[in-house]
Amino acid sequence: MKNSSINKLKRILTTIVTVVGGFFYKTRFLWKRIGFALVTLFLATVFGFFLIKLMPGDPITMFAKRLSDQRRIPLDDAYRLATLLLNYDPNISVWQQFVNYTAGLLKGDFGTSMFRDDVTVSLIVKDFLPWTLFVSSLALFVSFIVGIFMGGRMAYKRHGVGNLLSNSYIVTSGAVPDYLWGMILIFIFGVTLRWFPIQGNYDILLEFKGWPFILNVLYHAFLPIVAFSIVQIGGWALAMRGSAIGVLGEDYIYAAKARGLSERKIISRYLRRNSLLPLITSLAMSFAVLFGGSPLMEAIFNYPGFGSEFSKAIGTRDYFLIQGLMVFMSFVMIIANLIADSLYSLIDPRVRRNNS
Amino acid sequence: MKKILAFVYKWLKFGLLATKKFFITLFKTLTYNNKTRMGFAILAFFALIAIFGPLIFPYNALTNEVNKFAPPSFEHILGTDNLGRDLFRQMINGSRDVLIIALFTSLFTIIISITVGISSGFIGGAYDRVIQTITNLFLTIPSFPIMIIMASFFTIEDPITFAIVLSIWNWAGLSRAIRSQVISLKERDFIQICTVMGMSKSHIIFKELMPNISSYIFINFILIMRNAITASVGIMMLGLAAFEPSNWGAILLRAKDIGALLIPEATIFWLTPIITIGIFQTGSILLASGLDEALNPRLRKN
Repeated sequence: MKNSSINKLKRILTTIVTVVGGFFYKTRFLWKRIGFALVTLFLATVFGFFLIKLMPGDPITMFAKRLSDQRRIPLDDAYRLATLLLNYDPNISVWQQFVNYTAGLLKGDFGTSMFRDDVTVSLIVKDFLPWTLFVSSLALFVSFIVGIFMGGRMAYKRHGVGNLLSNSYIVTSGAVPDYLWGMILIFIFGVTLRWFPIQGNYDILLEFKGWPFILNVLYHAFLPIVAFSIVQIGGWALAMRGSAIGVLGEDYIYAAKARGLSERKIISRYLRRNSLLPLITSLAMSFAVLFGGSPLMEAIFNYPGFGSEFSKAIGTRDYFLIQGLMVFMSFVMIIANLIADSLYSLIDPRVRRNNS
Repeated sequence: MKKILAFVYKWLKFGLLATKKFFITLFKTLTYNNKTRMGFAILAFFALIAIFGPLIFPYNALTNEVNKFAPPSFEHILGTDNLGRDLFRQMINGSRDVLIIALFTSLFTIIISITVGISSGFIGGAYDRVIQTITNLFLTIPSFPIMIIMASFFTIEDPITFAIVLSIWNWAGLSRAIRSQVISLKERDFIQICTVMGMSKSHIIFKELMPNISSYIFINFILIMRNAITASVGIMMLGLAAFEPSNWGAILLRAKDIGALLIPEATIFWLTPIITIGIFQTGSILLASGLDEALNPRLRKN
């Protein structure tokens, strides 16, 4: 009786161990990636920590001076307060400083502005990142769709007027950076024709809800989205063409041709679908890059976004804000990269096999 | 004496022949197809302007408020800017700095990526793993914000510093590509044979590996130059490195600051740098993609 129950327990335990172990073994590519990402996160933290040390002109003293002016306290007290507020004490060892800094990051405290106590990195992220992401992800979406259609067609018909036109479009659009396209668009559609607004993200007179507001936001975002898309379409089209040319040599395309399917059907059902797969990683990566904002585009369009806040911080030499925003950006990029990589290996088992 | 002369003659002849062969190959590659011809012509044109332009069209930085936004005329080919200075001469004068920045950025980036990429791929093991982790960090942290930060930390006052700032965060992608090429080359027969024959590592790297990746590096040299111009103009437009007022980026910054988009007669003032940048970039794109077709055996067959 006793013996059999022990055996039963043993069996259950072995099953559990096998199942859990098997799970870990099957997903080992994922754990490897997570481990790698953690190492990169750590390196980014170290980088952010040393960024504050490399800053010229002793920002702590500057901050303390401002505090003592503002709160009418002696400089010594202000200095102590500054080290407390900034999580930075020059008198303790570098290791202790690093531990404090990391602890602050883990609590979600990426830093506060040097000049205004009520402006923190998390506040900027909350207020401005949505606008940036809204514009740039819409642009990414539009250019991805257009680029895929263009690239697929270019791969299928490698000669002719259409291909020549697409090629010259790709070269000329890629030749001018997107923020300069923004200037040209503002001049044509904003200043000369007066069809679109040339700055801001919405009409401040409007109420903050309902369809009119959404339409107004889209109306304001139209030109920046077009400016982003003009340049990005070419890149996606080229990537898609490269991927689709590889797919064109596959047997199922010949089979589809032999079955007498129409050109449109071959492109949409066989070619486009199969060549999309490698592009998904690049799409995810491009989405990660969006979190960095685009300081130049936002400066040209006077669009209140993450990037323009960043360049504002640079302009006022607000070192703590710069550091916090930078570290936040790197963290988001690393995590987004991890997600993109893992997604891709979940979709395509070949990648998984090659990497493990 | 005769022997020495014969020796010198032999080597001179050899050197001349090698140089001749090099230039013939270079010429053949650069005129391989229409793309390379166009691209090479555009880039050579810009190079000539940067070298000789400032000598032929000296630029006078004296301001003249009366003459502001003058329309194009024989005296001022592209009109004048907001302070009455000749725009055409400014553009030509600024091209030298723009090209020097781009050239040196390319040079620094290539040197760093070759060093890191080849050593990492060739040595392998723990060294490779450490280097790849660091490369990964450089790849994931966005480069443009870092460039802005560096540009604001160091005051940029000369083209070389600017080039260093532009290249320090840009080598990661290329070095990874070089590394993977080196790893795949390492397994090929001719390198294996060299290793078995006990040839020195420097011979394998410089005589066997380098010629095989040189065309790839050459194409990337042009592409990095192109990106360097975009980035440098961008940084200048944010007002972070406006050390040379006739630089194209500095002209654009001035145009943006005075709101030139809203002034009808200033259109030519902001449009000229944009079009110039566009032409230069078109030249580099054409040359790079043409060279890719000329040098890449996989594409040549098609």
